[in-house]
Amino acid sequence: MTRVYFDNAATTPISGVALAAYEAQIRKTGNPSSLHGFGREVRKDLESARESLASIIGSHSSEIVFTGSGTEADNLAIKGIFWHRKRENSKRNVIVISAFEHHAVLDPTRWLADNDGAEVIEIPVSKSGKIDLDFLASLVRTRGDEIALISVMHINNEIGTIQPIREVVDIADEKMIPVHTDAVQSLGKVEISFAQLGVFAMTISAHKVGGPVGVGALILRKGIEITPLLHGGGQERDIRSGTFNAPGIVSFVAATQAAERDREKNSAHVKKLRDAFLQSLRESVPDFWINGENDSHIPAITNIGFPGTESDSLLLLFDSEGIACSTGSACSAGVQQPSHVLLALGLSEKEARSSLRFSFGPQNSMSDIEYFATCIPRVIERARAAYKASA
Amino acid sequence: MKLIAAMSGGVDSAVAAARAKEAGHDVIGVHLALSKNPKKYRSGARGCCTIEDAHDARRAADLIGIPFYIWDMSDEFHEGVVENFLSEYAAGRTPNPCLRCNEKIKFAAVLDRARAMGFDGVVTGHYAQMRESDGERLMYRAKDPGKDQSYVLAVLNREQLRGAFFPLGDTKKEDVRREAESRGLSVAKKPDSHDICFVPSGDNAGWLRERLGSDVGSIVDESGNKIGEHKGAYTYTVGQRRGLGLTVPDPTGEPRYVLKIEPVTNTVVVGTKDSLAISRIVGEKPIWCGPVSEAYAQSPARGLVQVRAHGQAHPCSYYRDVDGENERLIITTDQPIFGLATGQGAVVYDGERVVGSATIAETA
Repeated sequence: MTRVYFDNAATTPISGVALAAYEAQIRKTGNPSSLHGFGREVRKDLESARESLASIIGSHSSEIVFTGSGTEADNLAIKGIFWHRKRENSKRNVIVISAFEHHAVLDPTRWLADNDGAEVIEIPVSKSGKIDLDFLASLVRTRGDEIALISVMHINNEIGTIQPIREVVDIADEKMIPVHTDAVQSLGKVEISFAQLGVFAMTISAHKVGGPVGVGALILRKGIEITPLLHGGGQERDIRSGTFNAPGIVSFVAATQAAERDREKNSAHVKKLRDAFLQSLRESVPDFWINGENDSHIPAITNIGFPGTESDSLLLLFDSEGIACSTGSACSAGVQQPSHVLLALGLSEKEARSSLRFSFGPQNSMSDIEYFATCIPRVIERARAAYKASA
Repeated sequence: MKLIAAMSGGVDSAVAAARAKEAGHDVIGVHLALSKNPKKYRSGARGCCTIEDAHDARRAADLIGIPFYIWDMSDEFHEGVVENFLSEYAAGRTPNPCLRCNEKIKFAAVLDRARAMGFDGVVTGHYAQMRESDGERLMYRAKDPGKDQSYVLAVLNREQLRGAFFPLGDTKKEDVRREAESRGLSVAKKPDSHDICFVPSGDNAGWLRERLGSDVGSIVDESGNKIGEHKGAYTYTVGQRRGLGLTVPDPTGEPRYVLKIEPVTNTVVVGTKDSLAISRIVGEKPIWCGPVSEAYAQSPARGLVQVRAHGQAHPCSYYRDVDGENERLIITTDQPIFGLATGQGAVVYDGERVVGSATIAETA
């Protein structure tokens, strides 16, 4: 059966260089924190990787804190900054996030609200998928002294819109409020510089850029103190403990280097795929709509609404054709929930439940799109029949 | 064929799905989420609809090698099963929610959706047998009489039966467990589910009291004399003997049973066993599990009637009573039967074959 992977925003296939780097590194014995020759050898590889990554993302190498995942990096940023800032000044009890953050930011924030008395304020987003900067500016003007931190994602993982992080930082700077950004969907897809963004902290993740799962990083501005989540050997500047995952980190950086080297070429390729994808939809489902599209949008993530369908039927039918795409998140029992991202854009629950995300990667080809085009009419026809049957 | 296997997370539905796949069908596993808040329904191994069950179903599907999805049927389940359960009790009847779930969810909402998506039917782990006869799919009792579930499936009409597949009908439960084990399915030793899946505590009376109130009412004898009190007439079932809390003994010294529940006056009528005896059953809204019966009042047909999920089958005569839009199923048993509650299903059999069913509206 033909199989087509349009779920690159969930995880990417591992790149050849990343796999080779991983394999070479994992054969080497030695804990990089050890003082002997075995440890030193691994440490050298690890620190070289850290320096390479720093030069790609425009940070200082000592600003990189490797973690076990993007989720861990987001938790470290949100909780660590909140706790530290509140300890400095108990008035700082407000966490400001955008209304369509990933759960890795949303959930620790809500946890702090439930367990630590934090007040959470969400920045509304426009129908086109951009945060409301005027809202933020006025919030900072009126309650800036109470804000512990602001967290706004760089590229939204469900709709692909790029957020004006530099402007967020400019607003926050007036009251010296730290800004965190979750940039896991940005690395390797758009040019990204930690220094130029001016943020206080930034999250990245290996498996969204052709690297292995289980590796992420929080880029944290030099000289900043935050409260750690994991205590132990203090390997990462006492901010994060745990034995270094040297193969994972080396592989992550190899993947990032390759993605960065090919970024413009890949981006043009993916844009061509997306254009052809949209053309095939225009031909067979003329009443489709695109969720969240402004002038600042990456082609790799496209969120489509299909009137008169339910996304879980669509997913099942696409899956049975061998095509992988995704709906919003599911609850712990696996029941599909209408996406909070789409609801934040102002979609009705029904519209949100008729939407699917397709995310393309450099490994996708025009023949993937052609195959998709042959499947779409019958998938839509059946999904609409199922929708009518359950109405 | 292309089939949807409804997978509860238990051993029966897992083996049924595996058999359907092995028979060469194109099978997709679906777990039905029936609660808006899955933690609210019974947890542990005793019921269905828990997060754990969804995981067990998914794991079984992965091992069998079929795609797996979760379908949210919580609205349909609430409207079609839970609300019906409450309104039936409030009206003084004793409903069977498993019948309603099969009728309105598994072989209606799920089957309709499956057919719309190009599937031919639904596979479940129920114990009943299907046989083809002149192009008609007819339902028979399971080979294992101890596990036979044809009673709760007797609400499926011929169109639903065309899309219903029960691969376990010819197998004994212990063999199903053994098969699950040899297939490496981790649910092989999972205990059977019991009782009502949406009553988390298993305390049916308490669950009903929470929702329908617990106003004190009278317990009266057949002459209408008050001989006791209760907290909610609907927590009693016709035929019930225990838990009446009566302090005045019957003059004859005979044990007393619930004879009738009167929801409007919140009264429970009790009496001796003789008064429970009935031989005439009037069933509403009959469903024919195959050809519609041709037996009318002038020429009733002979058969067997079963009035409880695991009750015995009583020899009877039955006929259709059609009055314009209204259709009823009239059943006369050869011997009196005791303790029959309205709201339950009366299922008519011709030998082992399920002829049809109706909801018991009146008895005499």
